[in-house]
Amino acid sequence: MTAINLQINGAAVADDVPPRLSLADFLRERRNLTGTHLGCEHGVCGACTVLVDGAPARSCLMLAVACDERAVETIEGFASDPVIAALRRAFHQHHALQCGYCTPAMLITARDLILRKRAGSEREIRTGLAGNICRCTGYTNIVTAIAEAAKEIGKEAPNAQ
Amino acid sequence: MKAAAVDYVRPRTLAEAVDLLAHASVEAQVIAGGQSLLALMNLRVASPRLLIDIARLPELLEIVDHADAVVLGACVTHAAIEDGRVPDPSLGLMPRAAATLAYRAIRTRGTIGGSLALADPAAEWPAVLAALDAEVVLYGASGRRSLKCAEFTTGIFQTKLAQSEIIEGARIPKLSADARCGYVKLARKSGEFASALAVVVADPRRGYSRVVSGAANGAPLVLEGTSRLVGEDGRDPEALRNALGGDLDRASDRHFDEFQRSLHMVAAIRAVQQVLA
Repeated sequence: MTAINLQINGAAVADDVPPRLSLADFLRERRNLTGTHLGCEHGVCGACTVLVDGAPARSCLMLAVACDERAVETIEGFASDPVIAALRRAFHQHHALQCGYCTPAMLITARDLILRKRAGSEREIRTGLAGNICRCTGYTNIVTAIAEAAKEIGKEAPNAQ
Repeated sequence: MKAAAVDYVRPRTLAEAVDLLAHASVEAQVIAGGQSLLALMNLRVASPRLLIDIARLPELLEIVDHADAVVLGACVTHAAIEDGRVPDPSLGLMPRAAATLAYRAIRTRGTIGGSLALADPAAEWPAVLAALDAEVVLYGASGRRSLKCAEFTTGIFQTKLAQSEIIEGARIPKLSADARCGYVKLARKSGEFASALAVVVADPRRGYSRVVSGAANGAPLVLEGTSRLVGEDGRDPEALRNALGGDLDRASDRHFDEFQRSLHMVAAIRAVQQVLA
């Protein structure tokens, strides 16, 4: 067991973890944050995407021990985030999910694309989503929803970084 | 699947990391971004007993902007290169290549040193850095040494990295202001490993030109005849096809099938056209 101290969704967390425990399993099984989903567990499906120190990362490809002194944000931490709020509305309106398994990571990935200004065209959005697999929707509605949310956010804060 | 049980240590200095690696009594593995290693561990293809985490070693995050070259620490991430957060010696070639490497959530953690150390035949950095005539800097118990990237990778997942050595960084020569680069990655899906990769660097002011094929069933393949042709500013499409064909035929040890050969031809022709355009 290794002692770790980290921030999860803004709160300080201390725990003892076996080194082989992935960040994803740590979040789900030790912290009960089950909005982070596991699909492939080898970095291909994208369902487990969270933010580590503000940047999207695969929580299946990070060890919990390696997150010592880092800040992790999961979908549960975005309740009052304006970009996620816009995305949530657009996903709802455009029926951008069916089973919902990929959705938390889709939202986190889309938020990152919008904030980095990489959601300006359908092509950009599709390229940016290549690492997040959805087996229900065929992506069309997801792309439409992200484009709309990006537009809305752009209107509110044209110079937002 | 889940990774097998493993011990974990996070040394404070590069010297300490090398010492741990040299004196480990069990199978030890260096981990940086872990974007390939943890996938392999989750699949139980790799089951090291000890992980030595080097991702935050200050020596490996160092960036030095020399007059004639940029040295990037091994733990600089693909995303940092993509975003231009580190100096770019390559007039945009490296950021362009970085943006095609896997997915953003991988690029934020994966490192340039890790890519060189793993030497996946379809990976971007071994081919791009070979085309740029970069050197890889290795640090081990007996000190520091440098090797040309083109010689460092010796085969599929094979390099000249010694058992107790760690990649410290890459030294990348700065291109002249009027140098030209071409880059084409052919893959069935954005972010997938390449089916064929072509990198072209033409820097007439330094008298340098090189064309490299990646995903070439082995180490990055330097296309000598085509490199010469690009250096002579050869613009005849027929001559280009002949030079490429000759280079690919001479690489008989790569055992390209007809489809692969065709992919490499197409990638290289498009990349050379970018340079001549």
